[in-house]
Amino acid sequence: MSIPDEARPLLVIEAGENRVAGQFRDLWAYRDLLYFLAWRDFKVRYKQTVLGAAWAVLQPFLTMIVFSIFFGYLAKIPSDGISYPVFAYCGLLPWSLFAHALGESSNSLVNNQQLLTKVYFPRLIVPIAPLFVGLVDFAVAFAVLLALMAYYGLVPGPAGFLLPFFIGLALATALAVGIWLSALNVQYRDVRYTIPFLTQLWLFATPVAYPSSLLPEPWRSLYGLNPMAGVVEGFRWALLGGASSPGPQLAVSILAVLVLLLGGLWYFNRMEQTFADVV
Amino acid sequence: MNNLAIRVENLSKRYRIGARQAGYKTLRESLTSAFTAPFRRLQRTGDRGRKTEPPSSAPGPRSSVSGQPSTDGYIWALKDLSFEIKSGEVVGIIGRNGAGKSTLLKLLSRVTRPTRGRAEIYGRVGSLLEVGTGFHPELTGRENTYLNGAILGMSRAEIDRKFDEIVAFAEIEEFIDTPVKHYSSGMYVRLGFAVAAHLEPSVLLVDEVLAVGDAPFWTKSINRIRELQNQGMTVLLVTHNMWLVQTACVRAICLEKGEAVADGSPLHVIQTYQHRVAALLDTRSQRDDPPPPGETRLDVFRVHRERGWLSEKEASPDAGLRVEMAGECPHHPAVKFLIRVTSSDGLPYFTVYSDLHAVPPGKRIACEASIPHLMLLPGEYLLWGAICSAEGEDNLLAQQRLPFSVTDAASTVHKYGLFWNRAHWRVGQSE
Repeated sequence: MSIPDEARPLLVIEAGENRVAGQFRDLWAYRDLLYFLAWRDFKVRYKQTVLGAAWAVLQPFLTMIVFSIFFGYLAKIPSDGISYPVFAYCGLLPWSLFAHALGESSNSLVNNQQLLTKVYFPRLIVPIAPLFVGLVDFAVAFAVLLALMAYYGLVPGPAGFLLPFFIGLALATALAVGIWLSALNVQYRDVRYTIPFLTQLWLFATPVAYPSSLLPEPWRSLYGLNPMAGVVEGFRWALLGGASSPGPQLAVSILAVLVLLLGGLWYFNRMEQTFADVV
Repeated sequence: MNNLAIRVENLSKRYRIGARQAGYKTLRESLTSAFTAPFRRLQRTGDRGRKTEPPSSAPGPRSSVSGQPSTDGYIWALKDLSFEIKSGEVVGIIGRNGAGKSTLLKLLSRVTRPTRGRAEIYGRVGSLLEVGTGFHPELTGRENTYLNGAILGMSRAEIDRKFDEIVAFAEIEEFIDTPVKHYSSGMYVRLGFAVAAHLEPSVLLVDEVLAVGDAPFWTKSINRIRELQNQGMTVLLVTHNMWLVQTACVRAICLEKGEAVADGSPLHVIQTYQHRVAALLDTRSQRDDPPPPGETRLDVFRVHRERGWLSEKEASPDAGLRVEMAGECPHHPAVKFLIRVTSSDGLPYFTVYSDLHAVPPGKRIACEASIPHLMLLPGEYLLWGAICSAEGEDNLLAQQRLPFSVTDAASTVHKYGLFWNRAHWRVGQSE
């Protein structure tokens, strides 16, 4: 026998933290909001710009040219036997995806403070939604990469099918760090000023302009503690093949992302209840 | 089981006030405090011996939770609030600014969490704390409808289904594909309300948003709320509009300093509220300094209760009165007299003026005015007398006021209306 009152959802509001299971159930219930927030960010992205989506190609392409001149031509940095422009551009793609997602995600809670103080929804949606916007830019830049590879006579092997995995890993890394930074940003606006600086340093700590094969083992595997090392090397390997298969380094990266992500979820959940009061 | 919609038990919310609440913390502050905290703790344990402090979340002594800024820099926006709302009730929440009304809605809509206590809500909650939350200026009306709907908790399919209805309700058919940054504020608000009004929750929380929009749309919004109420929706309405409470609500709760000071029929609660506001204004006006000599003064303000007065400060709805005023106007060649009746919180009901009269050579001027019927609904009011210059009410030179109340001996229910009036009826068989 069913009692109608029991059929109605009962919402209990109490002091204290959320239960994690409830969080994920809520996240699923609000999946349409996730879609619309991502879609909003995408729609708004190139409004009132002259060049529009050309920016998606210009940024990594110009960076590639600068890298090729200074690192490739002048400094003669090795590139695992691949011609340097392709090598650098191929590293810059997952990197740009990551850097953009990280920046947007970290500032997301502060940028959406109007929503936080007026409506309830699972807060975790906010740092997740901006991750996907960069995928469109990525797709455009990727087309250019294929053209570049064709120009240099390079053909992707069967490992190319693993590309989505590395793209996913780049986004997971951005999310893992973005959750931490977005929650910290609510409380400490210092974070906002740290992000451009952090991204810049991180770029040079990641094998974008140079190969991680410069390092001997076991340091090369340990290098995977920077998850982006695993992502960039993996991405390059999947597309261009080459001497260095990711292996242990990638495993370390995946582990690092998982630890960062779980820690971030824990911290986010802990801070979530005060967002609306503090932001 | 029961047909409860909302149960609130000892709901309390504490905010930090003062310098630290004004802005977000910087990392430096936090690091400094993390560094000095152990030393402070050391000091404290030294002071108090081995006794450990109770956790801050434990209920403190009653005296420290008075709703006033306490010494430790916290304020209780809500304090041990408890009430139950039955399904289908439309309840008005009234109170002065800072009484905790909006905090209550924020807690019930889960925007923020209570410091202690709990609340239970039976059914889907829709909250309208702001019209058009999350609207993006660059997106079109259509896009924002979907975005806003999703933010309010609607699924894509649900918005698809109700889309035409929403657009028709907002009356913006031709502009639906225009970016909302080009909308007039009226259109913006109409679209925002239209989306929320089609959410069809079983419990709707509304915060003062109906104060915007033009009169026809306002009526439409109120009718929409009544319509939803007839379908069994429970509504919690925070507003300063007493008329709305009186006409749309079946019950009202008056908050003051985070506590419920009155709960019951709207008329009764509104009177309690207005009484409290009037008492407050009264104590304030006693502190007003008398005008310095040589300025315009209204020194005579006598009210003669002509007809229909139950006591000195209590009138029936059609009571009549005569006002005698006199004053000194040393600087103005000609002045007007003004009589005004406002609600106890200052909302004007009517104003009457005398013609412009030259001030006699003695610089003193007097008048007498008679108002045969007040025609006011039961409630708390203020009667104002004033001398103003030729420009009229923009330039009040001197004024006095007198609080009074209106009670209806016949105690009829005045649900729909702003004024009191009477009619002579003849009812019989139709030919």
